[in-house]
Amino acid sequence: MNELLQYIFAGITNGAIYAIIALGFTMLYNATELINFAQGEFVMLGALGLVSLRTGLHWPLPVAFAVTVLGVSAVGMVLERLAIRTVRKPHPIVLVIITVGASILLRGLAMLGWGKDSFSVPYFSKHPPIQVSEATILPQSLWIVGIVLLTVGVLQFFYKRTLAGKAMHACAINKKAASLLGIPSERMVLLAFAISAALGAVGGMIIAPITMCSYDMGTLLGLKGFCAAMLGGLGSSFGAVLGGFLLGILESLGIGFFSSSLKEPTAFLLLLLILYIRPSGLLGAKAVKRF
Amino acid sequence: MRHREAMLKTTLRITLLVLMVGGLLVATPCWSQETYKIGGIFSVTGAQSFLGDPEKKSLEMAIDAINAKGGIDGHRLEAIIYDDEGDPTKAVNAATRLISKDNVLAIIGPSATPTTLAIIPVVEEAKVPLISCAAGIKITEPVKPWVFKTAQNDVLAVAAIYNTMQKKEVKKVGILTVANAFGESGKEQLLAQAPKFGMEIVANESFDAKDTDMTAQLTKMRTTKPDAIICWGTNPGPAVVAKNMRQLNMDIPLYQSHGVASGKFIELAGEAADGIVLPTGKILVATLLPETDAQRPVLLSYIKDFEGRYSMPVSGFGGYAYDAMGILEKALKGSGGNREKIREGIEKLTGYVGVSGTFNFSPQDHNGLGSDAFVMVQISNGTWQLLR
Repeated sequence: MNELLQYIFAGITNGAIYAIIALGFTMLYNATELINFAQGEFVMLGALGLVSLRTGLHWPLPVAFAVTVLGVSAVGMVLERLAIRTVRKPHPIVLVIITVGASILLRGLAMLGWGKDSFSVPYFSKHPPIQVSEATILPQSLWIVGIVLLTVGVLQFFYKRTLAGKAMHACAINKKAASLLGIPSERMVLLAFAISAALGAVGGMIIAPITMCSYDMGTLLGLKGFCAAMLGGLGSSFGAVLGGFLLGILESLGIGFFSSSLKEPTAFLLLLLILYIRPSGLLGAKAVKRF
Repeated sequence: MRHREAMLKTTLRITLLVLMVGGLLVATPCWSQETYKIGGIFSVTGAQSFLGDPEKKSLEMAIDAINAKGGIDGHRLEAIIYDDEGDPTKAVNAATRLISKDNVLAIIGPSATPTTLAIIPVVEEAKVPLISCAAGIKITEPVKPWVFKTAQNDVLAVAAIYNTMQKKEVKKVGILTVANAFGESGKEQLLAQAPKFGMEIVANESFDAKDTDMTAQLTKMRTTKPDAIICWGTNPGPAVVAKNMRQLNMDIPLYQSHGVASGKFIELAGEAADGIVLPTGKILVATLLPETDAQRPVLLSYIKDFEGRYSMPVSGFGGYAYDAMGILEKALKGSGGNREKIREGIEKLTGYVGVSGTFNFSPQDHNGLGSDAFVMVQISNGTWQLLR
């Protein structure tokens, strides 16, 4: 029984990361109906950015955190401005392939910039692991879950209470009608790219201390995040969070009660099952009610 | 306008031509005999670049050193090196090109077991000696006439670990291996040799090379109460395992494989690396070796040359290519460039002291290394300590 608790802790930590990556997918999908396969690469840029600023330049954590978020969202904006907006016939499949290309490009550039080695970053705070009955939690896990929940809250506030958020909501429901009403839809797309890149960067930074960062870390994380987003229902913020935690916990239970070689199959089998029974995902309601 | 452009072009062309001819003249000293061409296939880029990059550099360094001494029997050596990017198909293409187009006398490499296994049929058919830099036991067992290798077998590493464990009275072992060729090969050996050393494998788990968290596997292993855990993988996974064990407050001794025997592992695992025991080639602890060790002078001179030339820290991997060239040099002497004679020369070579160990080749053993190729080390305070 004590192992169960430890499996769940491990699952929650991983799940929080999947959740924040899934949020990035969902966020962009809402504003543009586009699946950005470079999302995992934003995660990688966030992690490696923190590596450079923290262990390379020894900046204090809050500053390094903020600068990395801004830097990666700038990369997201440049990507939108140069590669997405300039497409003459923005057919969805063309755009998706462009994001795949962008992910390969970003990975290649990161390999040139940071090299092929892995890096590690110190934990955010220097507390010993916390004992909960027989299981232990790493303080970094609390940081991860806390930051993810905070991010979800801020995102909800943005959608519900700010003009820009409502405008983005409007664009998502009907882009043409929104632009007829004077909402600059192109700028909204740019903003959506910036925010989803920032979400990726946050995900990368919070996981950097518990894992090893390298130029090719983003691909698998991006896929898992995509899985989580599909699981929860693409387009639903709460669905993304739920999907992320669910995926993380199921993976870790899969290792615990079946076999570690069944970790990936458990997750992906579940995804197939849910897509078969509920193609819109767990929380994916009708197209209009996406938030 | 057009006239001036044409003039400019001609001038440029002539300048280029002069430069090229000049370069050729400078680079070509007088050699009495025709050039001996040596092929190299390494994973210089891609996931295995940590192997291929130092191997390529070490081979180039060894060849330059031989040429500086006047070559072999008056023949200058020339290396033709291709990058297989860790891809078996590209390795086969490179091997075919080296044999049919470049007409090399022998091939050194590839860096990894899958790429080596892929080109073995090619070199066997063309009857070209191959000295692989990969560790997999399948390369030289069963023995193939034209195939040799310089990297230590996993068998020796596993035996070295179990030997140490036996001395520490470890009985129950949990193994955690990476889900790729390296991990699978390690797992196979760990399971096969356990009974011989009286070990009982109580847990057998795996992780993916890119996994970010192994606490679930470790939690499961803890329930089986092993006396020690052996983790078999290459960076960064094993460093995550080390960190996770600290995080779970597990005080079970952790053993790692030679796959993480580099300073990078200590850097990645940080404090969590303390106390970990692993087998490694002697290169990591060259300065700690007793003066009587035959390998000591070879290691020290290789380290000095490599670090002086490339200003990057040395690893054991480059040594595989360095040894291969050293062995080939011995076999080339007096061979007159005959491939069959080169092959025989390698097979007869004994007592060759290299970076990875002392090689004693024979028709039954095309690796030639003994158990002295590995030493056990323990990490303490961020450095390696020789375990006796």
